[in-house]
Amino acid sequence: MIDAKTTTPAKTKASRFSLAQRRTIVGYIFITPFILGFIFWFLTPALVAANLTFQKWNLISAPRYIGFQNIERLFNDPILLQSLKSTLIYTFASVPVGLIFAFFLALLINTQIPGIAIFRTIYFLPSIVPAVAGALLWAWIFNTEFGLLNAAIRALGGAKIAWLQEPSWAMIAFIIMSTWGVGGAMIIFLAGLQGIPDVYYEAADLDGAGRWNKLVNVTIPLMSPVIFFNLIIGFINSFQVFVQALLMTNGGPQNSTLFLVLYIYRTAFQSTNMGYAAALSWLLFFFLMIFSFIVFKVLGNRVYYEAPGN
Amino acid sequence: MALRKVSNKPGSEKAWHWFTIFLLFFFAVLMFIPFLWLLTSSFKTQNQIFQYPPSWIPNPFRPGNYVRALTYKPFALYFRNSMIIATLNVIAVVFTASFCAYGFARIRFKGREFWFGVVMATLFLPYTILIVPNFLIFTKLGWVNTFLPLTVPLFFGGGAFNIFLLRQFFRTIPEELADAARIDGCTEFGIYWRIFLPLAKPALITVGIFTFLAAWNDLLGPIIYLRSPDKFTVAAGLASFRSQTDISWDLQLAAATAMTVPVILLFFFTQRYFIKGIVMTGLKG
Repeated sequence: MIDAKTTTPAKTKASRFSLAQRRTIVGYIFITPFILGFIFWFLTPALVAANLTFQKWNLISAPRYIGFQNIERLFNDPILLQSLKSTLIYTFASVPVGLIFAFFLALLINTQIPGIAIFRTIYFLPSIVPAVAGALLWAWIFNTEFGLLNAAIRALGGAKIAWLQEPSWAMIAFIIMSTWGVGGAMIIFLAGLQGIPDVYYEAADLDGAGRWNKLVNVTIPLMSPVIFFNLIIGFINSFQVFVQALLMTNGGPQNSTLFLVLYIYRTAFQSTNMGYAAALSWLLFFFLMIFSFIVFKVLGNRVYYEAPGN
Repeated sequence: MALRKVSNKPGSEKAWHWFTIFLLFFFAVLMFIPFLWLLTSSFKTQNQIFQYPPSWIPNPFRPGNYVRALTYKPFALYFRNSMIIATLNVIAVVFTASFCAYGFARIRFKGREFWFGVVMATLFLPYTILIVPNFLIFTKLGWVNTFLPLTVPLFFGGGAFNIFLLRQFFRTIPEELADAARIDGCTEFGIYWRIFLPLAKPALITVGIFTFLAAWNDLLGPIIYLRSPDKFTVAAGLASFRSQTDISWDLQLAAATAMTVPVILLFFFTQRYFIKGIVMTGLKG
């Protein structure tokens, strides 16, 4: 049905265009949705944001150009400094912890014992729990008086912890919560592990390599592209942490969980300072760019790629 | 890896085997406890929830929490709204991302490398960095408080990440298949529609599930763009539940469980394709 419509114009064009030209036309037809989307939802908003950075606008009165004031404010905003600090601490703690845990779980479930599918499912499920539902659940687990975690700590003889009321404990609480949801990274690691040909391990056996040796000298080098992939995804996601901070602590205590996206959200939609929110968005953009660049430069070269054909 | 190889020391091998099994159970319990806690708490009375030490068995057993929670706010309506948005997102991604991916994977044309470079450049840029300007654009278009900001953009390519994944997959399909169809007079659109889409079913299902989950779980988009409560999604409804302090924990936990159930059901029904799809889309590196 679709062919009937599309063949006719293609056939008439055949007489007017060369094969290469026709291929170019067809190629561009295929990628047109992306090109339009890029212009509408990426390039245009980026320009709007650039323009907005030089304005003061609260959505109600008319926008007013204020020069570089918003950008100057970026450099002496103590709340922003705290927000950046929190975001970086969270990222640099939760991503490595999460990756190591995900890798470890992937090694555990990469076995052929009866019922292994059940374990895989149990480990994976937390990662698909909606963030809102997860935030409610963990807010309750971390509850100081009646929460499950403090009940366990007290049963073991410890003192209860004010998880979401103490700045440093709140950060640890967020890291624990994110570690619970590493199932996605784990499944990707598992797929990678299953793609490692047995011959490598057989060769290592012949050399008398032990388990630790095989892990360090065979598995990890061969998994480096997957580790790299999960690392990037992990960083991008943790830079955007928002829902849990909004619902569990609302940025507190003492702004210790006022992560960057939450700060942007507040500036834009609660203080309705659109200009400064745009400036903050640009800052987040530059952070992600610099960050991806460093990761690619530093780690990109060390990542081991097997010859293609797999 | 742990059980992969049989070494020449059967004794230590056996100990290792049991150690692995112990670890499997240990972490399964650890990962599952929060679920169990959510589930049992959602059937408790408010009195029993605020009880120390906490107990695991709800007594009295209160399934009525669900009825009260889900009627306290119009969750049936929220559910419908979430379903509409998520379904439209899945349709958008499955068709437009695969369409663009076919162009990038299988047609050689001038400018392809450039545009694919653009795809790669936007791959790791989250939509959160553009929420502020996008909000203004959607306000100008008069789209605020409709589902349009949450659905229409995905019909334009369906996201760089999905294009990338499907392109990787399409590149693994042998060219002979397409050539045979071309000889039979099939157009590129015909090859895409009749050969590549059916072959890509597991990859499309994977991408579709990820899209559905992202739409179902998204909070930032709905709380920015949807203003009147009758437009709320389940996520937005549950978040507004949370911010009203008069609502008790028994209802909050019941509603949170109710929001999680559809996601888990979806996972169980599609599990087979899901894992296969992750492997096939070349996510393994």
